Amino acid sequence: MAERTVTVASRVGLHARPAMLFTQAVAAGGTPVTIATEGGLPVDASSILLVMSLGVPCGAQVILAAEGPKADEVLDGLVDLLSRDLDAPEATS
Amino acid sequence: MTAAVGAAPGAVLHGVGVGRRTAVGPVVQVRPAPAPAADAPLLVDGAPAGPEQVRAAVGQAFTDVADALQAQSDRSSGTVKEVLAATAQMAADPALRTGVLARLDAGEPPVAAIDAVVDKFAAMFEQAGGYLAERVTDLRSVRDRVVARAMGLPAPGVPELTRPSVVVARDLAPADTAALDLANVLAIVTELGGPTGHTAIIAGQLGLPCLVRVTGATDLPEGVEVAVDSATSTVTVDPDDELRAALARRAATERVFEEDTAPGATADGHPVQLLANIGTAEDAQRVAPQPVQGVGLFRTEVLFLERSTAPTRKEQAETYAVVLRALGERKVVVRTLDAGADKPLTFATQPDEENPALGVRGYRQVRTHPELLDTQLAALADAQRETGTTPWVMAPMIATVDEAREFAARARAAGVATVGVMVEVPSAALRAEQLLAEVDFVSLGTNDLAQYTMATDRLRGELADLLDPWQPAVLDLVAVTARAGVTLGKPVGVCGESAADPLMALVLVGLGVTSLSMSAGAVAAVRYAVRHHTLERCREMAAAALAARSAEEGRAAVVGLLVDEVRATLG
Repeated sequence: MAERTVTVASRVGLHARPAMLFTQAVAAGGTPVTIATEGGLPVDASSILLVMSLGVPCGAQVILAAEGPKADEVLDGLVDLLSRDLDAPEATS
Repeated sequence: MTAAVGAAPGAVLHGVGVGRRTAVGPVVQVRPAPAPAADAPLLVDGAPAGPEQVRAAVGQAFTDVADALQAQSDRSSGTVKEVLAATAQMAADPALRTGVLARLDAGEPPVAAIDAVVDKFAAMFEQAGGYLAERVTDLRSVRDRVVARAMGLPAPGVPELTRPSVVVARDLAPADTAALDLANVLAIVTELGGPTGHTAIIAGQLGLPCLVRVTGATDLPEGVEVAVDSATSTVTVDPDDELRAALARRAATERVFEEDTAPGATADGHPVQLLANIGTAEDAQRVAPQPVQGVGLFRTEVLFLERSTAPTRKEQAETYAVVLRALGERKVVVRTLDAGADKPLTFATQPDEENPALGVRGYRQVRTHPELLDTQLAALADAQRETGTTPWVMAPMIATVDEAREFAARARAAGVATVGVMVEVPSAALRAEQLLAEVDFVSLGTNDLAQYTMATDRLRGELADLLDPWQPAVLDLVAVTARAGVTLGKPVGVCGESAADPLMALVLVGLGVTSLSMSAGAVAAVRYAVRHHTLERCREMAAAALAARSAEEGRAAVVGLLVDEVRATLG
């Protein structure tokens, strides 16, 4: 089991567009990933409904976990994503 | 049930009309959410399906709904595209699907299983409030579509229009309105909603007859002919030849109004600028060929609402330049970002406001997000330079003289030449003279001014009578503001929907208002009314409206002062 703790950088927190981009990235990774707030129960990180329900504000820490051969690679990519402000203009495709 | 009444020929339903137009055509009902019993069996070839078949059918329904929404999103643009894409992602959500399938496996019937999981998420979202609470509408719409698909019921929502029709709905969500095939919409009739709500404003901009708050509208049978009359606020079922002829005559009169394209002025030549309200660069291009003297309200928030991040200075400057170029030498009044309250922004709205209409909205956002205003002012100055025009720029929701002074300083520092503020808050109206000393002009937003004066939510349709712009207390505040303009020799405009009511327009002129800005479709009737009355007569009307004890009494007094020809056509 690989784990990472990361601080959410997006100004709106893990909501709206940042939540959409994050869950899409998890689904595209092909490896099941869970996300949890500190002390909270881990939930399926590919579900936008569950991720938004966590209500993670900007600056809060979340714990990502995954298992499997690609776990470290997938988690590093997601840590990189959450460390950026996904609501900033440059994140707009 | 009122179904029997609704179907009777000649039966009349009452509501609140928007504008003055009329239409006759067949009813198309926007289908409501399916309401099968929670334990209704899922049928395959007419027989209740076995557990495996149910599981497969429900799973397939989620997939089909997500695919259909995504395909619809791909064909759309702007806000609609984003709303549909977000809804598609919800339909495809793994937690939603596995939650429902787990309940099916435990033996729950399909509708109960879907409702239980959706309700669980809806409750979580509602408890979180703010942005998440607003997503509950999308979640429910996913629920309605999946239930309909799984149970083999017709898909809910706006049906495809195959002929010109009167669209009838309980209420229309913004996405529903955006999805309408306008070429086949004759009129819009809703059971809910208010006269300054979303549907009414869009209908006004498109020049469509519209009635809201029509009790019994959703009981009208599909396909029945109805006559919709916004001016009398009535829907008549199966109208007789006499009514059809009367409406045709009215439509002919409207065409006569539209033939007069002279600049606005009273019968004795006192000028009154007649301007259009717009929200987008496309609107500007649409109103530019019409006989209006410019734009009295460019609502820039549309540019911001369509997205999850603020538009850049360059992007904004390009849009503003398109608008300014479209109008050329004509006046353009730009309102800076008015977000918050019923127009939340994903990137700037306060998360925990219990009372957003009284919270950080309009100019007040400078306290939390000053960069939004500064970028916008810089972009406006860029567009001004690039086009060689002089846009008028005003801030919304100004409450104090200090705010007006600060806004003027910021705007002038950015290079904006003509600076004004909106008068929408009673405190601003009461101090209008001091406010106007700080800026070049003011513009009255009568919808919000009525909301704040009467302590009545604009979105509460059942309180529409309190929001009546003829309420004498609201007119008192308009009068104070107009008088300040006359005293200081500075322009005072009105850009609320009350400027679109030809009778109210006469009162506003009489109070000293110098320009009237409204939906482009309303200009012709207002021009007709203003050109048939002298300034002196308008002043008499204003005095009568102010002296009245109620909105109805004020309006009746003004009807009594109309010249005969105008009373025959408009009264």
